[in-house]
Amino acid sequence: MSPTDQAVQEQQAAGKSQRVVNDFSIQIATVNGSGSQTANMVLLRSVLLMGVPVSGKNMFPSNIAGLPTWYTIRASKHGYIGRKKEVDFLVAMNPETAKEDVLTLEPGAAVVYDEPLKLNALRSDLIFYPVPFDALVKPVCPDAKLRRLVRNMIYDGILANLLGIDLSLMEKALGKQLGKKAKAVTLNAGALKAGFDYAAATFTKQDPYVIETMNKTAGKILIEGNAAAAIGCMMAGVTVVAWYPITPSSSLCESLITYMKKYRVDKTTGKATFAIVQAEDEIASLGMVIGASWAGARSMTATAGPGISLMGEFAGLAYYAETPAVIFDVQRVGPSTGLPTRTAQGDLIQAAFLSHGDTKHLMLFPSSVEESYTMAMEAFDLAELFQTPVFVMMDLDLGMNNWMSEAFTYPTTPINRGKMLTPAKLNELGATWGRYKDVDGDGIPYRTIPGDGLPAYFTRGSGHNAKGQYSERPDDYVENMDRLSRKFETARAHVPKPAVQSNPKAKIGFIAYGTSDYATEESRDQLREETKVETSYFRLRGYPFNQELSAFVDAHDRLYVIEQNRDAQLLQLMKLELAPDQQKKLRSVLHYNGLPIDARSITDDVLAQEGYEVAKKQTVRMSAGTAGGE
Amino acid sequence: MTTPIKVNRIGLEPQVYKGGKTTLCAGCGHNAISERIIDAFYEMGVNPAQVIKLSGIGCSSKSPAYFLGSSHGFNAVHGRMPSVGTGAMLANHKLIAIGVSGDGDTGAIGIGQFVHLMRRNLPIIYIIEDNGCYGLTKGQFSPTADLGSKLKTGVVNDLPPIDTCALAVELGATFVGRSFSGDKKQLLSLLKAALAHRGTVMLDVISPCVTFNDHEGSTKSYAYAKDHDDPVEDMTFVPFFEDISVDYAPGSAQEVTMHDGSKLILKKLEEDYDATDKIGALKRLHETARRGEFATGLIYIEPDRDDFLTQLNVVDEPLATLPLERVRPGKEALEEIMEGLR
Repeated sequence: MSPTDQAVQEQQAAGKSQRVVNDFSIQIATVNGSGSQTANMVLLRSVLLMGVPVSGKNMFPSNIAGLPTWYTIRASKHGYIGRKKEVDFLVAMNPETAKEDVLTLEPGAAVVYDEPLKLNALRSDLIFYPVPFDALVKPVCPDAKLRRLVRNMIYDGILANLLGIDLSLMEKALGKQLGKKAKAVTLNAGALKAGFDYAAATFTKQDPYVIETMNKTAGKILIEGNAAAAIGCMMAGVTVVAWYPITPSSSLCESLITYMKKYRVDKTTGKATFAIVQAEDEIASLGMVIGASWAGARSMTATAGPGISLMGEFAGLAYYAETPAVIFDVQRVGPSTGLPTRTAQGDLIQAAFLSHGDTKHLMLFPSSVEESYTMAMEAFDLAELFQTPVFVMMDLDLGMNNWMSEAFTYPTTPINRGKMLTPAKLNELGATWGRYKDVDGDGIPYRTIPGDGLPAYFTRGSGHNAKGQYSERPDDYVENMDRLSRKFETARAHVPKPAVQSNPKAKIGFIAYGTSDYATEESRDQLREETKVETSYFRLRGYPFNQELSAFVDAHDRLYVIEQNRDAQLLQLMKLELAPDQQKKLRSVLHYNGLPIDARSITDDVLAQEGYEVAKKQTVRMSAGTAGGE
Repeated sequence: MTTPIKVNRIGLEPQVYKGGKTTLCAGCGHNAISERIIDAFYEMGVNPAQVIKLSGIGCSSKSPAYFLGSSHGFNAVHGRMPSVGTGAMLANHKLIAIGVSGDGDTGAIGIGQFVHLMRRNLPIIYIIEDNGCYGLTKGQFSPTADLGSKLKTGVVNDLPPIDTCALAVELGATFVGRSFSGDKKQLLSLLKAALAHRGTVMLDVISPCVTFNDHEGSTKSYAYAKDHDDPVEDMTFVPFFEDISVDYAPGSAQEVTMHDGSKLILKKLEEDYDATDKIGALKRLHETARRGEFATGLIYIEPDRDDFLTQLNVVDEPLATLPLERVRPGKEALEEIMEGLR
């Protein structure tokens, strides 16, 4: 081998080692309402079709059209689908934010941009690919009115070429996205091809980012948490739904309407086995849910923080009068109107004790789309089993973003309607039956429903005795409240158990819930790889806490409670139940800037608290505020 | 010799329709309304096991405990009974719902839910026991108190009243009536007709508060109500199960056929009144109010409009008790959904 050949080979090897395959994030900055969602979904799905684990997160304004929006797609061969803090590849389509978008990138990042923006003048340490979008869209979209929408599909074509995504898979993804709209498919396919061909003819690949075929997504689905929860509700046999539109929960009920119209209409009569009502507000929504469940229907509502606040009074009635209710809280950033289109886990304490007096509620914490589906079903069973409201604590990140998941499996168990009195049971109990009488010692009474022909009772939010009669007697009040407590204690063993990963070598235990799961898992890997710090992990799935929590705390020296709120709400709830020496071990990792939590932030925070030197990383993007409607 | 026990057309004794002993003040108009409800449900032969009683908060809202003791009842939260009633009827549209509210429960805290209940035309009999004041908190004015009406303490109301009947007509209720707790015949006819109607029935019943609002200067006192009651027609209700013919000269009465086949004969009084004319109904309400009187009787009726549950096109059986196989789609449905997401 000649020295020259050797040098070339070394060069190639060096080049190859610099390639970053299936492990980077793409951010697309566009204008809200410009049709970019279709282009982004096609890109996301085409990566999935390449067999590469992928996730998509939409960071959008509270606005219909005109304000900046960012979509982040993360490809991860390791299967990390939490948010990645760094942006590796930027598509800058929005003139308003382009400058800041480019200035906040890490050196070495790649930028596809609209040529007239002249972004290449801003920095010399990035790789730029200028694209004349307007010139490219004209020939493929003769109708000038549609160009604004079709234009975005061109960047998909550009990326397909630059990243090595199979164009035919991208076309397949396009077909999936636009469905039966043949004209739109043809038009957009033309734009894809125009982008692809332009990049092929114009650019020499300079960045290291590549998508290569893997086999990690076979059979996998892409779905938003809200749609997943809706499927769960349908499979749980929900019959009455009352809701009021509010971001980020609206799409839960809207998906449900779509699915129910397709799968829950009697084929012979054309009549619905459900009633869905858009109520006048969240108060009425919960009122309808309570009325329906009192009359025996499986009923639910979905809302966000502001709606939860409004539901306070009715939540107390449902707790005290003991009517089931399933309430999805797709959490967004508060307080007040807050950041309506950004994510948080800030409603825990509010939901746990919603309403005046001594009130406490059951909560479920799905962390994945799959759990959104399964816990929706569990929520209905628990609500009827315990005759009480159950809050399913989702968040915007889970509810509105697209997640890759295994396909959902069909439920294997029938629904559990709890203690409904039957004529046989009434015979057995005889005179000992009372609506609020604890005949089994678990705090859960038997109920009848209107129209069932069994003994009627008067339901009220005022003081009542075991027979449901009005009472202001101190002993009746105490007896009833103590029974409600007993019922709550019974629930500990019935709410979903935590997912625990115990590491005998670990002195540190992580406690997280909901969507913090992904960043938490990735952070544990970072800690192990970067500093050899071992951790155990307790993922909370239900409230009230099971027995496992105390044992996990005892088994570790320091517990980091990872949450997406300012006030360490879960940690506060834990403090109410843990012993003083256990409480001393608790520390917080808090993330509350409206963006989904990321692994780097957790790792750096934990290391700092553990006494390591941590370099200050880039500032948080998207500092530019956006004004808009509700 | 024992006297035969009196029963109604479904073989139930009057006793079955009674409720618990009232805890309201002696002479309270609300008690008289409870009695008329008992009479109407007994005489119409309604099965109490199919009835749900609903209420909000206040003196009025306590009253469902004092009638139909063998029916399910739900004393909800202040001003929010309409939503609870709506949910219950969605769950089981075979139920017969009667809601009792008050003028504060409806006109103040509950005005929002009242408005939307009227719009939806949910099958429910919604009664406002209207005394123009908050009795349970000792006599403050409510939003139906008339301009210039005086409290016992001498405080004069200087805000115009909300006319719940005009509001209900405007919003789309399909059966709107007003009566006076002291007018046994008219109130009973209205309640029986209400049971024959499918849709929202809104009945505003002037029901004097003997403790806080029955003095001179009050426009919701017994004396004032008796003197200022202006019936719009002379009403005769003929239930579908009774073969009675009512004679009236041609052109002197309006005959309305109800949802269940019952008939309402509305005999004209001194002026012509057409209870199916929405604009005429609103005009009459405003005119009598301007005279300081209140129009009573069947103010407005639209017997044929689809009710909310019909619009929702739900299956014939109650949703509440549909078996699992009808509410959980099959495995192939889930597989189809999953395939669409790949």
